[in-house]
Amino acid sequence: MSDDPRIPARGRTRLDSYVDRYASRTRGMTASEIRALFSVASRPEVVSLAGGMPNISGLPLDVVGAAIGDLVRTNGATAMQYGSGQGDPRLRDQICEVMRLEGIEAHPDDVVVTVGSQQAVDLVTRIFCDPGDVVICEAPSYVGALGAFRAYEVDVVHVEMDRDGLVPSALEQAIAAVRASGRRIKFLYTIPNYHNPAGVTLSTERRPEVLRICRDNDVLVLEDNPYGLLGFDDEPNRALRADEPEGVVYLGSFSKTFAPGFRVGWALAPHAVREKLVLAQESATLCPPAFSQMAVSAYLSAHDWQGQVKQFREMYRERRDAMVEALADMMPASARWNVPDGGFYVWLTLPEGLDAKAMLPRAVTGRVAYVPGTAFFADGFGSRSMRLSYCYPTPERIREGVRRLVGVIEEELELRETFGAGAHALDRGYEAPNTDLT
Amino acid sequence: MDDSTHAAAPVPGRILVLAGGLSHERDVSLRSGRRVAEALRDAGLEVEVRDVDATLLGHLHDDPPSCVVPLLHGESGEDGAIRSVLELARVPYVGSRPAPCRVAFDKPVAKAVVSREGTGTPEWVTLPAETFRELGAGAVMHALVEAIGVPLMVKPAQGGSALGCSVVRDEGALPGAMVGAFAYGDTAIVERFVTGTEVAVPVIDNGDGPRALPAVAITPDGGVYDYTARYTAGATEFQVPAKLDDDIAAECARVAVAAHEALGLRDLSRSDLIVDEDGTVWFLEVNVAPGLTETSTVPLALQAAGLDLGEVVAQLVEVAVARDAGNTP
Repeated sequence: MSDDPRIPARGRTRLDSYVDRYASRTRGMTASEIRALFSVASRPEVVSLAGGMPNISGLPLDVVGAAIGDLVRTNGATAMQYGSGQGDPRLRDQICEVMRLEGIEAHPDDVVVTVGSQQAVDLVTRIFCDPGDVVICEAPSYVGALGAFRAYEVDVVHVEMDRDGLVPSALEQAIAAVRASGRRIKFLYTIPNYHNPAGVTLSTERRPEVLRICRDNDVLVLEDNPYGLLGFDDEPNRALRADEPEGVVYLGSFSKTFAPGFRVGWALAPHAVREKLVLAQESATLCPPAFSQMAVSAYLSAHDWQGQVKQFREMYRERRDAMVEALADMMPASARWNVPDGGFYVWLTLPEGLDAKAMLPRAVTGRVAYVPGTAFFADGFGSRSMRLSYCYPTPERIREGVRRLVGVIEEELELRETFGAGAHALDRGYEAPNTDLT
Repeated sequence: MDDSTHAAAPVPGRILVLAGGLSHERDVSLRSGRRVAEALRDAGLEVEVRDVDATLLGHLHDDPPSCVVPLLHGESGEDGAIRSVLELARVPYVGSRPAPCRVAFDKPVAKAVVSREGTGTPEWVTLPAETFRELGAGAVMHALVEAIGVPLMVKPAQGGSALGCSVVRDEGALPGAMVGAFAYGDTAIVERFVTGTEVAVPVIDNGDGPRALPAVAITPDGGVYDYTARYTAGATEFQVPAKLDDDIAAECARVAVAAHEALGLRDLSRSDLIVDEDGTVWFLEVNVAPGLTETSTVPLALQAAGLDLGEVVAQLVEVAVARDAGNTP
């Protein structure tokens, strides 16, 4: 007989003897049907339009291998040692060169290297937010950031977007409403370029307006820009940080321009904020992985990385084209989607009455997967929308995936027509934001 | 493949644990597979864990295991399909044969078979989506509510882990619940909701005839034993053995064994029952590949019976191998 201490031989058990001891912030950390369904999406029979995995099949692995081999041979003892909490100085220099492509003039001293930009979101939230503080996010917003905000018990207030990105007047109203409620806004979290999940880009005209509103209201901007160099036009958009050095913390990443496995991102922050970020980084990890940083640095030095990014952009553009063509050919007229100018994602809004989350089991049966829109809202909205990723599958698979998805939508439409069971309206005490971003 | 053999138990060769598959319950199956593989290794057996894919048949042919433990939940795993293939491949396996699986996996058919044997099961109606289209959903739903009353349960006719299941407490919620069930399959079952103590009773037969393990009483924090309550450690309180009067506990055991026998199951099953406020035991459904994850009820019942998961599965493997050798499926 097993003598597992978690299970008394007779009596009551919860199979978790720590259940009464977890922090309140773990409340949402539960098993979910949706996550379970994604387990099926990993099978090759399923066309997954769900994950946002960068397609790194075009990377010159021989070049990367040679650079890393050389790193180990010539500098291995340093690469495998602890490093600085702020990050490798040479890499921080190179990061400044990368950011210059988007108009940012920065000093390497103001860069903090992080374990992917996801950790930068976590560290910024850690140093700014107390439970109950407000972070303003776009509607929808990046699921990973929402998870970090939830972990710090932050209240997320979503602000409407349209095809040109964040709507300035809606931002102004949201700030006023939060202030009127007596709560504190700690920052605006925004993804201005090729938004995840919305696919839209903040227009050139709106950028100064968003900065002005935040400046006037003393709201810090957290500019998350992992896709900034993956626009399908040659010239990258000018970063918000380029025009507002003091009021913006900028986050960048090598996950999409090089490879996510190294887990190297960064934050560029005003001096005082940077100091706190370094201390927070040291308490979280002591230092970002030296080996990864030096490998990225070696790659940037040894390879025409900008040429590689250009190849990535062309590949992603071909996939974007495959997806929007397939959608245009096959989707019911009442479905709406946008055509992104870069990045990985199309945001699709289903015909009236459909619920993307409720439809997901049918989609998995139909061997196609997507991410329901509700994942990108902190308050349960977005049920009529979904994120479609075109970054990973081949154009042929994308087309097949859309074909399957259309079949699923048609079945669901028939069912909804039968039952008249429209998506249940959520009563949150406020109106649902517009999620049609076309 | 892990070839660890660190105990003195009889080793019948390599055991192939099948886990994963393409059903909605793939994730649960992978968890069950991991746990059972670990338990079998602890019992001294050589174990390989494998997903079900296009290479499986070739693998069974080229490198046949001594026995297969199919831990695939949901369709294909529990509807008998994979077991049919294992029989085609002439590989011994643990668990029920294909035909009884097909019957047990279909909730309304299993309820009909079990109720014919004199066991109570909440009244139910089985309807395909097509019927609602043909006759008009409003009229059919109204008739359902008139006949069964609320609250009522809506479930997909096939499948486990409570996926697509809802409790409907007022008629207005019925359309959404029907759509939720039909997302998992074309046929749904609408069943009278019985208020009471939810109880799981595993049945094992390691060669001496089927016997019930101690009943496990289930009290989910949120009141509904849904997917989250099932697979989040700490979200549900289990009591094992369930605190029931002796005669009720005996009736639970009788019902579970009766269901196992009436459906022609073998080796291992788990019946889900409910004991109402009057002490009446109601049969809800039976599982031919019950979950064996860290939060599943079968391992809890085994523990309460003084049994070890790995040793029990190892015994079932021996039974399956001997059955195959004797050609007595």
